[in-house]
Amino acid sequence: MKRDFALDIRHLTRVEGHANIQITVRDGQLVDARWAIVETPRFFEVMLKGMSAERVPFLTSRICGICSISHSLASIRAVERAMVIVPPVVAEKTRLLAMHGETLQSHALHLFFLVAPDFAGTSSVLPLMQSHPDLVRAGLQLKELGNEISTITTGRCTHPVSLVVGGISKAPDKQRLFHLRTMIQESKPALEAACTFFQSLIIPDFSRETEFISLSNGSTYPAIGGQLLSTDGVIRNENDYLLMTNEYTRDFSTSKFTRLSRESSVAGALARFNNNAHLLRPGAREVATSFGLQPICHNPFMNNIAQLVECVHIIEDAEELINSLLNMELSEIKTAYTPKAGAATGAVEAPRGILYHHIETDDEGKVVKADCIIPTTQNNGNIHDDLRAIAAQGLEEGKEDQEIKKLCEMVVRSYDPCISCSVH
Amino acid sequence: MNIAKLKIASFDFTCCEGCQLQLANRESTLSDFLELLDIRNFREILSEKHDDYDIALIEGSISRQDEVERLLKIREQAKVLVAFGTCACFGGINSLKNRFRMDETVREIYGDMAIETLPVKKISDVVKVDLSIPGCPVAKEEVERIIVSLATSSLVTLPKYPVCVECKQQLNTCLFDLGEICLGPITRAGCNAVCPTGKTACLGCRGPAEELNMPAFLELVRERKLSHSDLQEKLAFYNAFEPVATDET
Repeated sequence: MKRDFALDIRHLTRVEGHANIQITVRDGQLVDARWAIVETPRFFEVMLKGMSAERVPFLTSRICGICSISHSLASIRAVERAMVIVPPVVAEKTRLLAMHGETLQSHALHLFFLVAPDFAGTSSVLPLMQSHPDLVRAGLQLKELGNEISTITTGRCTHPVSLVVGGISKAPDKQRLFHLRTMIQESKPALEAACTFFQSLIIPDFSRETEFISLSNGSTYPAIGGQLLSTDGVIRNENDYLLMTNEYTRDFSTSKFTRLSRESSVAGALARFNNNAHLLRPGAREVATSFGLQPICHNPFMNNIAQLVECVHIIEDAEELINSLLNMELSEIKTAYTPKAGAATGAVEAPRGILYHHIETDDEGKVVKADCIIPTTQNNGNIHDDLRAIAAQGLEEGKEDQEIKKLCEMVVRSYDPCISCSVH
Repeated sequence: MNIAKLKIASFDFTCCEGCQLQLANRESTLSDFLELLDIRNFREILSEKHDDYDIALIEGSISRQDEVERLLKIREQAKVLVAFGTCACFGGINSLKNRFRMDETVREIYGDMAIETLPVKKISDVVKVDLSIPGCPVAKEEVERIIVSLATSSLVTLPKYPVCVECKQQLNTCLFDLGEICLGPITRAGCNAVCPTGKTACLGCRGPAEELNMPAFLELVRERKLSHSDLQEKLAFYNAFEPVATDET
């Protein structure tokens, strides 16, 4: 059947930031399908120029209201590598715990507030509070746990206070770490309820072969630093991030695009899983198996499941980190340093994928050049190409316009795009 | 008590969306908080959109012409327009861009691509603001308190005294005694001194306190021989102290 069909979604809802989906079909032929980001640029790389290195993480954390801890830590890692500063072990453990808190909060926000309504057929989480109260309660409990971990480790859950170059400015309070351990114990039924809910959903049948890029360190599931690894077999050092991203502009988007071995690639939970599944904690591996998730999975909707698997991993890992901090003297928390000239990259696994900050400083330790490459930027190409493929598949299968529209929105949401972040 | 729900909408402009995210935090009080609200428009969490709101929370600063137009339209509808967070109240960190030439800034990031960007403005530079809630990000406890005040038609107030007062109440070691400039003595309280309590300097995200002794503060910095450039960097960070900084330092 020859059909005409135009989809023009201005400011897609239930995503962070402003972007449009535009699809044109004429006489049954897909003419155009695009992912157009219209977010206002803020120009952080310019704002950073002349700033003292110690203040950089306080500025870059403001790139994103959801993953501020990741931005702070990417900058700190870049500066510490540039000035050859080694943070104490207590600081490293606290930072990792802080990242776990942020990722748990971010994944819970995405899965329960932004994604679940699509599967339940509601416009937001608000009706779910009536129809699925246990599910919403479970989601809120996990989100609260994530926020509490971040607050206890960094002073505040959004825009961290005590993550600083050289270490941390204040050690987590042991009484509050005990309290966290109790919260973790109490969160386990919530996690099970979440798994049961997502088990009951039908994940759309769609796959498009692509390249997945994440950090990898060979011994633990990645979080802070490591080598840059792709499922197409590319391995590079952290400082060679430019060769991994090849950033370029497209005239319809204020957010840039990247590419590596193919026209598009993916960062995020599914990319981390595809490259590092064997390093997940046993409980998380079990949950992955129960969903039939195994590397290399090319279905973008399974990124939601990979996020859920990571929630299980994070909670197990956080428990061990807390126990280890409780058994340590939390006195040595910061390494003294003298600001100096240097240049280095700091890469971390933000909730939505690999995040690069590159910082160059002068003799006084002031920033002369900065570059930030955001996970969503690295997913733009893949979202763009997936929209084209999923619309084409929907047309071929004779799906109704409304059905294709919903699938397009859902596939974009499955990447959990952080748009204002990507247009920094 | 039975009170009418507030017809509220949340809009974001040039920002990180961290302030509106706070609305979904404090999970333990969230359902009670939402009981007070009839959310008419909130793109980040809601697919339905309605334009019959009374209260508009405006997050972010203004840096493009389409934002000016969108804001003017919201002003026409809103009975109470709230500058929500430091970017909305003062321009915030985005204002650091204004130190550079706009055309060079665009060229540095986007090359030859045509990108529109204006020098950053705070919300009150464009429309009348009825209520300001500062903070980077806003403190949810304070937002809860203000929402309750609005729902019960009570007077909305912010602390007039500086962060220093809240910091002292927590028996923190003063950062000045550790050799660091902290803007706690001149910044409006209401954050529970979260930064100095975490042993990092207050950078003044809540703007000047009403009960402010700037000369005494500057004397303190001079007396302790602390870095002038560090002071300038801190005062400029959120664009909340600019007039004071140019007059008196």
